[in-house]
Amino acid sequence: MGKKRKGLAGGLSAWLVYAAVALFVVLVGGVFLSVLMNSFATSWFGGWLPDGFTGKWYAFAVDEFGLWNVLIVTLIVALSVTGISLLVGVPAAYALARRDFRGKSLVLGLLVLPLLVPPITYGIPLATMLYEYRLAGTLAGVILANLAPALPFVVLVMTPFIEQIDPNLERAARMMGAPTHRVFTRVLLPLAVPGILAAGLLVLVRTVAMFELTFLTAGPNSQTLVVSLYYAAFSAGIRPGQSIDAMAVIYMATTLLLLLAALRFVNPVNMVMRVRD
Amino acid sequence: MTGAAARRGKAMARWGIDARLLIFLGPALLVVLALFVYPFLYGVGVSLTPSEGRQGIFSSYAAFFGDARERASIWNTLRIALPVTAICLLLAVPLAYRMRRPIPGQRPISALFVVPMTLGVVLVAQGMLTFLGPAGWFNKALMGMGLVEEPVRLVHNYIGVVISLIIAEFPVVFLLLLGYASGIDPNLERAGRMLGAGAWQRFRRITLPLMMPGIAIAAALSFVATFAVFPSAVLVGEPAGSTRVIALAAWQAAYERFDFSMASAIAITMAAIELLFVAAILFVRSRLYRGPSTGGKG
Repeated sequence: MGKKRKGLAGGLSAWLVYAAVALFVVLVGGVFLSVLMNSFATSWFGGWLPDGFTGKWYAFAVDEFGLWNVLIVTLIVALSVTGISLLVGVPAAYALARRDFRGKSLVLGLLVLPLLVPPITYGIPLATMLYEYRLAGTLAGVILANLAPALPFVVLVMTPFIEQIDPNLERAARMMGAPTHRVFTRVLLPLAVPGILAAGLLVLVRTVAMFELTFLTAGPNSQTLVVSLYYAAFSAGIRPGQSIDAMAVIYMATTLLLLLAALRFVNPVNMVMRVRD
Repeated sequence: MTGAAARRGKAMARWGIDARLLIFLGPALLVVLALFVYPFLYGVGVSLTPSEGRQGIFSSYAAFFGDARERASIWNTLRIALPVTAICLLLAVPLAYRMRRPIPGQRPISALFVVPMTLGVVLVAQGMLTFLGPAGWFNKALMGMGLVEEPVRLVHNYIGVVISLIIAEFPVVFLLLLGYASGIDPNLERAGRMLGAGAWQRFRRITLPLMMPGIAIAAALSFVATFAVFPSAVLVGEPAGSTRVIALAAWQAAYERFDFSMASAIAITMAAIELLFVAAILFVRSRLYRGPSTGGKG
């Protein structure tokens, strides 16, 4: 990077950018450290540091919020959503990657739309519909609602991935007499494993983090971690703030672990959907 | 009958549709139709079915737009979504531009920006209440440096919601733009430099236009996400007043008044505003340069 571009304007704009980024990092770091600090505080009134440290809020969170139950629900929902969307989504991605047919762009548009429209917009009619079918408030209802954005996400992540697998490999296998299902299980799937892992982990993270759809469809026994965290924060005052912060830290540790696992397979740049035309 | 079926089969084959395609693609399409398209249409239907005490198919819409407090939620949301989108872009465009070439440590830096995505709205909200609150570190530091006399009010108001949304949206916008910026062929800029263009001119005339499609997409996604803000408007905002956003209005209609017709009408209105915005951006985008950004050989 240049010795040339050090005009005053260039230097100044660079500093402004760096200052803004530094402010962002301070903000996020401060927010995170405050929560972490408070979750270990006996009490914290006005000083730079809490008055004393304790680990009891984590034990409190486990007892008071029924943390194990919530974690199990979260796990069931996230794993079911991931499993179903991979099972249904990967073949669809294969079809979209390898075939050309009339109405393909319509199908693609239909798949992009649930990712473009924010969940709360279709979540309310969806929840109304699930109430009508007596599915709202149940685990099945929460899983169904979460499938709406998860499945298109898998298809759109997997399609370019399968596109870059050389079709000649499949042709060769077929020419040597492998039936379709064997081409799929012996040639395509092994090559697609990194993509499937990445897509699966990303869907897992997104489902664990999905607030709106779960919030709108969950009943008392089908709340995931985010939603019960929201209810806890919403009714602050009932419980000590430190215990909510302890829950929030547990939540963050969970998603961070999943995300770090996902980062082993995908570049962060590709983490957000990249729309190409 | 069989003749008709055979003819239909032939037509399908001409379109490139056969049994195998349907087996592969069908289930996914069914799921999207059942869980996205149908609920949406169902919502439109519910919104046009007047609830008790109202008459006429558009009565729920009329009730929403006729009530000043309800109508204000649209403006409340726009007042948050537009500045947040603008600020994120203003920060992310120069930063993505500076990081467009692989520099040492680029991956950890971009991974650093992914971390806020894992924080979750509630953690950010809780942290903001502590960190930016009147007795928090931020205000203490400001007062310690003598910059302010009294603690600045940064939470439980409009500013709180804006800050929490920037924390949530900036990483997404940045990573998206970084993807576009790093895909631009460096030779294009080299050519510009050789022809005598300065740093600003190269940015303004070469890189920025090539980043425009990415900027348009980022703006659309960021607006759509922030326009649907809900949890942070409640937790760090002023949900009874200036940050009573449209999603909150819809939620209150559904779960506090059990007026699903009104709730659906608000949700449909929300979707319409968002799609209008996205359509406007895509229209502008379609009039920009859309050629390759990789540079040709020879």
